[in-house]
Amino acid sequence: MVHTFKIKDTAIAVDVASGAVHVVSDIALDIIRQFDEKPGEDCPDWLFERLDSYPMDEIKEAYDEVYQLCKANLLYTDDAYAQIAAETRKQPLVKALCLHVSHDCNLRCGYCFAGTGNFCGERCIMSEETGKKAIDFVIKRSGKRRNIEIDFFGGEPLMNFEVVKKLTAYAREQEKIHNKNFRLTLTTNGVLLDEDKLDFINEHMSNLVLSIDGRKSVNDHMRKTVSGEGSYDVIMPRLKRAAQSRNQDNYYVRGTFTRHNLDFCADVLHLANEGFKQISVEPVVGGADCGYAIREEDLPLVYDQYEQLAEEILQRNQDGRRFNFFHFMIDLTQGPCVIKRMSGCGAGCEYVAVTPEGDIYPCHQFVGNDGFLLGNVYADDYSAEKTQMFADANVYTKPKCAECWAKFYCSGGCHANAYQFGGDIKAPYEIGCAMERKRVECALYIKAKNAE
Amino acid sequence: MKHIKTLCGGVLKASAAKGGCGECQTSCQSACKTSCTVANQKCEKSV
Repeated sequence: MVHTFKIKDTAIAVDVASGAVHVVSDIALDIIRQFDEKPGEDCPDWLFERLDSYPMDEIKEAYDEVYQLCKANLLYTDDAYAQIAAETRKQPLVKALCLHVSHDCNLRCGYCFAGTGNFCGERCIMSEETGKKAIDFVIKRSGKRRNIEIDFFGGEPLMNFEVVKKLTAYAREQEKIHNKNFRLTLTTNGVLLDEDKLDFINEHMSNLVLSIDGRKSVNDHMRKTVSGEGSYDVIMPRLKRAAQSRNQDNYYVRGTFTRHNLDFCADVLHLANEGFKQISVEPVVGGADCGYAIREEDLPLVYDQYEQLAEEILQRNQDGRRFNFFHFMIDLTQGPCVIKRMSGCGAGCEYVAVTPEGDIYPCHQFVGNDGFLLGNVYADDYSAEKTQMFADANVYTKPKCAECWAKFYCSGGCHANAYQFGGDIKAPYEIGCAMERKRVECALYIKAKNAE
Repeated sequence: MKHIKTLCGGVLKASAAKGGCGECQTSCQSACKTSCTVANQKCEKSV
């Protein structure tokens, strides 16, 4: 499978199965677009008729280059990974925890998938004992995997920071005993992020995710305090200090855009203008009837915004105002192996969420959905059988993914999104897919322009 | 080549042979928590 696209004057061909990416001339682009399968050595006569706006010798020359790439297995490569996918995760191990240390929050965000922090249950915080049980659980279930991730999540985890500190100490103690390497991260809205907490986080957390949506008006429209006021003025100075204290690395400011701010490029640039160097802003997850979810008719505007953002990033790369946009960061040479790329986020098998009550769910987005309860850390009733549906989900068992050129860049999309919109974790959320494909195209476009 | 400039050669097939150790970061834990961009993750063996 070969995917071709053009942004401004740059035409690109992606050979999906090999991962090869080529910048091509207009003639080569038009030639490649004539073939669904690997072309033969001799340029067919019908090609001259179809592409009669080009000189024949130019067509022959470009055709020969296309053929040479085919011979080198860099174009129209056969996809031979389906069998590998079937063999993967036959005995899934748990290697990552989303630890819900607080099912309470000090903000009341309009789009919160967690029902403003409590996940539609009682507002509560995790006990030290339950957190330790969760850590014991992941150690037991991780087999020989050495690297284990724990994200302190909520609600708002800083509302239960004493337990975060105790669980950090426990993880450090246990990793020595069990020959593990715990990578700890924390996701916060920043409201309670004072100097003491920041010092502790900087000492122990390998990544820090800081929630803010961008411009004050945009942020404050959705991210409100309990009393209904905007949160921007409270959090912005704290987040800036946090980013600076981590030397502008190993953190992300993470925003959400909705159909209320389809001009989200301005929000990304606002965060960049405020000095942040690691930025992730992405579309909201919400049901079709919520009013703020991205709709199909919004897509042309969203695509235009991503292209504008790509141009701005190229400009800023040149003039010293460089910043990273999470979804445009693609490592073409040293990225993950194809096995990782075909098997996705790992929710429900390699990655689970644990609630303050100790309940285990496939991921944070499924918390509170009783049909997806996988067990409890106190009961020792976790069953790999219950998680088989997630272990089996890969880009070959999702029919739409198998046909998609971007499958090895996105790995099959978010199970929770798919379930929320289509009632099936193997039926990807189409609008999300469309936006992801555009992000990948823009990321490759940036690579191409930087290589000029 | 005059008409084609290769930005990146085929790296996926070789990665299938030696990949799958599972030691790398879970993609959802990185920054997104909803989307699944995986190609920006690092291979643990290249870190």
